[in-house]
Amino acid sequence: MREGTGRPVFSGVAIGKAYVYFPRQSELPASCGDSEIELKNFNAARETAREQLQALFEKTRREIGEEQAMILDVQIMMLDDLDFVESVQEMIAGGASAAQAAHETGDAFSAAFAAMDDEYMKARAVDVKDMARRLVDILCGGRSGFQMEEPGILIAEDLTPSETVQLPKDKILAFVTRQGSSNSHTAILARIMNIPSLVQAQIALSPEIDGKMMIVDGFEGRYYIEPDEETQAAMTEKRKRALEHKQALEQYRGKESVSKSGKKILLCANIGSADDVRYVLEGDAEGVGLMRSEFLYLGREDFPTEEELFEAYRSVVEQLKGRPLVIRTLDIGADKQCDYFGLEHEENPALGYRGIRICLTREDIFRPQMRAIYRAAAFGPVSAMFPMIISVDEVRRIKEFCKSIREGLVAEGIPCGKVDLGIMIETPAAAVISRELAKEVAFFSVGTNDLTQYTLAIDRQNAKLDAFYDPHHPAVMSLLKTIVESAHAEGIWAGICGELGADLTLTETFLEMGFDELSVSPGRILELRKKVCESEV
Amino acid sequence: MKEIKYIITDPLGIHARPAGMLVKEAGKCLCNVTLSVGGPAVDAKRIMGVMKLAAKQGMEITMTFDGPDEETAAANLEAFLKANL
Repeated sequence: MREGTGRPVFSGVAIGKAYVYFPRQSELPASCGDSEIELKNFNAARETAREQLQALFEKTRREIGEEQAMILDVQIMMLDDLDFVESVQEMIAGGASAAQAAHETGDAFSAAFAAMDDEYMKARAVDVKDMARRLVDILCGGRSGFQMEEPGILIAEDLTPSETVQLPKDKILAFVTRQGSSNSHTAILARIMNIPSLVQAQIALSPEIDGKMMIVDGFEGRYYIEPDEETQAAMTEKRKRALEHKQALEQYRGKESVSKSGKKILLCANIGSADDVRYVLEGDAEGVGLMRSEFLYLGREDFPTEEELFEAYRSVVEQLKGRPLVIRTLDIGADKQCDYFGLEHEENPALGYRGIRICLTREDIFRPQMRAIYRAAAFGPVSAMFPMIISVDEVRRIKEFCKSIREGLVAEGIPCGKVDLGIMIETPAAAVISRELAKEVAFFSVGTNDLTQYTLAIDRQNAKLDAFYDPHHPAVMSLLKTIVESAHAEGIWAGICGELGADLTLTETFLEMGFDELSVSPGRILELRKKVCESEV
Repeated sequence: MKEIKYIITDPLGIHARPAGMLVKEAGKCLCNVTLSVGGPAVDAKRIMGVMKLAAKQGMEITMTFDGPDEETAAANLEAFLKANL
């Protein structure tokens, strides 16, 4: 048995097979020098890709439907398309490796689709790329991306948002990363998925651990590889107790979140993608208080189209069946970067070109997103909120822009709905002028992670500063009080969507302050509701 | 050589799914099959080219058939277009 420690980010016990994740190589292998061999490799890769796509096609047809499956069928046809194949063959004859040729030809064909004057065909660029990427993956390592045959524990150096987007989430029982902090991306994801996880783990990433039996104890921040019988028995027991505790919370399912003196509060969930809605429903959240829209932009090589965004939002709205949804507009920059945005490197990205600052200067990015949001609102209640606000002027400009978006859709005869516009309060500036801001918007949602980092001048990515970081700092508490008072003075609602919202030691404080909504990880809803219902406030 | 013309009635035009079906149908022919919408013709047996035409509802497409089985091929494709597009 080997054991070690890490910093727990979500409680619980996971028992399963260890999977070591190594990031994909960014450099493609050069030609071996013999174009005959490269050509043979290319043809073999096409065969493998065809088999993979065929299997995926059958699975999709069974589980999702004919229409979705056809997309994969089209990819199979693209694999055999003579224009594509001939172009790759020419490049290989010219001295490129099979992987380089497949990658570059895929890019060229996909660019041709992306440049088309037809929204639907533009979106097909993704299919071409996907097909080419599959070939490249096969050529570079024999398997397409990272795969898990059975549920297990994922061990990695660290995971970027674009990597986690591509992980088989339904099979992950726990994350163990060597880096990261309790506010880093993997930690946020673990909380959404409701699985025990460790960051800053003392663990060696050797392929030799791969496939070994492993246990993660998210209560104590410990892991065990090839545990002895005693440990295994103790951990199995602990896991059972944790499940029983969770079971006991079930009596709060479907109940109203109201304190003993009758104070009501809406308990919503934070999500990152349409896939996460199932955690919202499992967790019994009363709505979605924060849908982070960045994930639709990450893990890809070009901007999502209005159609893609619309489909994603509509899927969430439909799955929520009338429960409210708050979409936060793109908050890219800082710790979440996308190459295709072409953002310059910044010394201090947290204080840089990010969030609304990008949207207000890049209409080409903001417009498709807002159009998609208004269109999704035709299917159920949708609100939009804007990140990184510091002034009344910004809010007025956003409102003006949104008005023109809605009018444009109406003029084009495209179905759209009413969208309440709110703002994130996550800069000390916004908190201080919250009374003025409240006159302009329909609601406030406090992003406590950023508000705390900006107020205390502490970088949340820097693990060394964790000792100085006090999430209950009186300055933050005072700002929270100001924010909610300003909101109510102007007759609008105020919520909290940062991690602080799930802090059970503060639930009564938030009720006293008068917050109308808390939006937390989906798995925390029931215990939070228990706390609210037992509160005397 | 044989030629047929057809006006697309499918509201979505030749999008991915019918493009795939059309290419499969054309692939069954021994003769050369081309497809055009006013402009240059593409090989109807190659999906990327067919998709890139982005043919829409109301547009007239022209298909040509050149080879041993051109008669039956044209008849088959005409029936396919009527049934699917």
